[in-house]
Amino acid sequence: MATLKELTKREPALASGHRMCPGCTAPIIVKLVSVAAQKPLVISSATGCLEVSSTIYPFTAWNSSFIHNAFENSAATMSGVEAAYQALRRRGKLKDEFNFIAFGGDGGTYDIGLQSLSGAMERGHDMLYVCYDNEAYMNTGVQRSGATPKGTYTTTSPVGKVQVGKKEFRKNLTEIMVAHRIPYVAQASPSHWNDLVRKVEKALSIKGPKFMNVIMPCTLGWAFPSDMGIEIAKLAVETCFWPLYEVENGAYKVNYKPKEMKPLTEFIKLQGRFSHLQKEANKNIVDELQAQVKREWEDLLAREKMTAPATPAATQ
Amino acid sequence: MAKFEALTGNNAVAYAMKQINPDVVAAYPITPQTSLMEKFTEYVADGEIDTEVVLVESEHSAMSATVGASAAGARAMTATSSQGFALMWEVVYIASGLRLPIVMPLVNRALSAPINIHCDHSDAMGGRDSGWIQLWSENAQEAYENMIQAVRIAEDPKVLLPVLVNFDGFIISHGVENVSLYDTEKVRNFVGEYRPKHYLLNAKNPITIGLLDLTDYYFEHRRQMADAMKNAYGVIGAIADEFKKEFGPSYRFIEPYRMDDAEIAVIGLGSTMGTLRVVIDECRAKGIKVGSLKIRVFRPFPDEELARLVSGLKAVAVLDRADSLNGISGPLFTDVRSALYGKTAIPVSDYVYGLGGREITLDNLRQIVTDLGTIAGTKKAPRESTYLGVRV
Repeated sequence: MATLKELTKREPALASGHRMCPGCTAPIIVKLVSVAAQKPLVISSATGCLEVSSTIYPFTAWNSSFIHNAFENSAATMSGVEAAYQALRRRGKLKDEFNFIAFGGDGGTYDIGLQSLSGAMERGHDMLYVCYDNEAYMNTGVQRSGATPKGTYTTTSPVGKVQVGKKEFRKNLTEIMVAHRIPYVAQASPSHWNDLVRKVEKALSIKGPKFMNVIMPCTLGWAFPSDMGIEIAKLAVETCFWPLYEVENGAYKVNYKPKEMKPLTEFIKLQGRFSHLQKEANKNIVDELQAQVKREWEDLLAREKMTAPATPAATQ
Repeated sequence: MAKFEALTGNNAVAYAMKQINPDVVAAYPITPQTSLMEKFTEYVADGEIDTEVVLVESEHSAMSATVGASAAGARAMTATSSQGFALMWEVVYIASGLRLPIVMPLVNRALSAPINIHCDHSDAMGGRDSGWIQLWSENAQEAYENMIQAVRIAEDPKVLLPVLVNFDGFIISHGVENVSLYDTEKVRNFVGEYRPKHYLLNAKNPITIGLLDLTDYYFEHRRQMADAMKNAYGVIGAIADEFKKEFGPSYRFIEPYRMDDAEIAVIGLGSTMGTLRVVIDECRAKGIKVGSLKIRVFRPFPDEELARLVSGLKAVAVLDRADSLNGISGPLFTDVRSALYGKTAIPVSDYVYGLGGREITLDNLRQIVTDLGTIAGTKKAPRESTYLGVRV
């Protein structure tokens, strides 16, 4: 992996001067992802915060080629770009080599863009799809998505007299992508920058479709002070709410195993979107969430064990 | 040298695509387009061409991938029908708004509901304000030749708008005709290399495509599209002239038939215009001075040429193979009457026909000519459309 010193010398694809919120962790993720790449990039983005805040005509914050098409088709659009690359290289019309990275938020990836993503991954395009998962539709003002955790306040899953935030558990997109049997799937967090950069480096070294799901604390939608984003991302990892792991050719590796799993309340108590969960009356929801985290963590460890490469002793 | 081959419309268009040999083609099956892409992927599988084919999971992704490929700097195509066009509608507008010279055959089919696989023009008419140029074909020969010209029209720097090549589902797409095919070398020379000015796969000059355009610029960019559509008039004409010189056939915005001394005329587009000529010949033999005007270029709409061609007539009728459901008429009528308004006071009547593949008979068309005779006398057209061949 490139050293921190080397990384700081590389120019990120996203320049300063974009209009993301102060304290937003998306630009951190995008910059880390882009400095991990060694070849020129073509980047696509679904409609969303990242796109609207970085490309307000006549300005662009992108140093690399960048395309925004629509909300649900970042992956399909990039599959066309990659197909063009294959065709033009084959026909001798293009000499430069590129890496292809598609971005989408959780709305554009878990929900409206899931089909487009699934198709592009199944077709085997040589591209990395990165979901920056802030667990709701933030660009339109914090509405619930398939990535929103149970019990979370959003503007469409309000805390009312008969309903306490979102009624359903979030779906596990990373596992859905693992089920595509693509060469590389990983989960990462901007709090663990070296892990994230190493994963992008690894992903880009593999030819074919790759997927990374990166948690992205949102100061607006999660309601925390703008200097707390990385701290909260770190707690997501340490509570095992967002485990860091990778799946290479079907083999799981959990990259961070806390000596002791921090209670989920550590993560919850810092965020306004969960403030109602501090009340005694809603303790059952916290318990459910905690149980879910525990169940999924154990499940993940079991998968790691199950898919571990056979040891010499085992093969005898 | 041109050679004749018995081909379906879909195979003729697939053959044009093979000759053009685009860099990228995205394909998704839908009746009646399916056999077009089947044939095209056969050429690729046999190594006759080396197009990168993207077999997408929906038409929405077909157009999305085509947009990505075109923006990347490739000559890119896809094809569809009906629901497929409806599903890609969002991205259809993006393709033109991003000024990407994509060419797409649209094998015209009715829109749901009720679901119906047969020909009408509802699909294309749904895209009439999308900023795509629309060429219409009467038969497989025209579909083949429109495809070749479409590439040049779309990629012209004064235009840079995508082009839809329309031809009637089943009637043209599956009907076998003797098609005159041109030498591949000649077609490739005519079409030329695609050399975009700005594209994504340029490491030395990276660009951003698809920016957020707010109140300060959006309007100007839309206005530029309107100008590009107006520029297309000249470009389509010039390319038709070049095509004639190179290959022989003469293409226009509107093809007149027996119009020289005509007093009444029928205006329409698509395969029915061939059937109509039979009726016109028959009526002419009886001394009725009727002609027809086949619209080949629907977008941009040839309003001035149309007004010139109908000036001096006593009445005209419009054939609409789609209904606008606006309480008045089909979509072609709206454009025709608007083109004539203020230029001539002749009565214009509308006939909605053939929805969902309903046959249009010679008798249906004879009725129009008879009606036109009456209207020419009374100088008064009915306010609403007549629905041809439909049970009440």
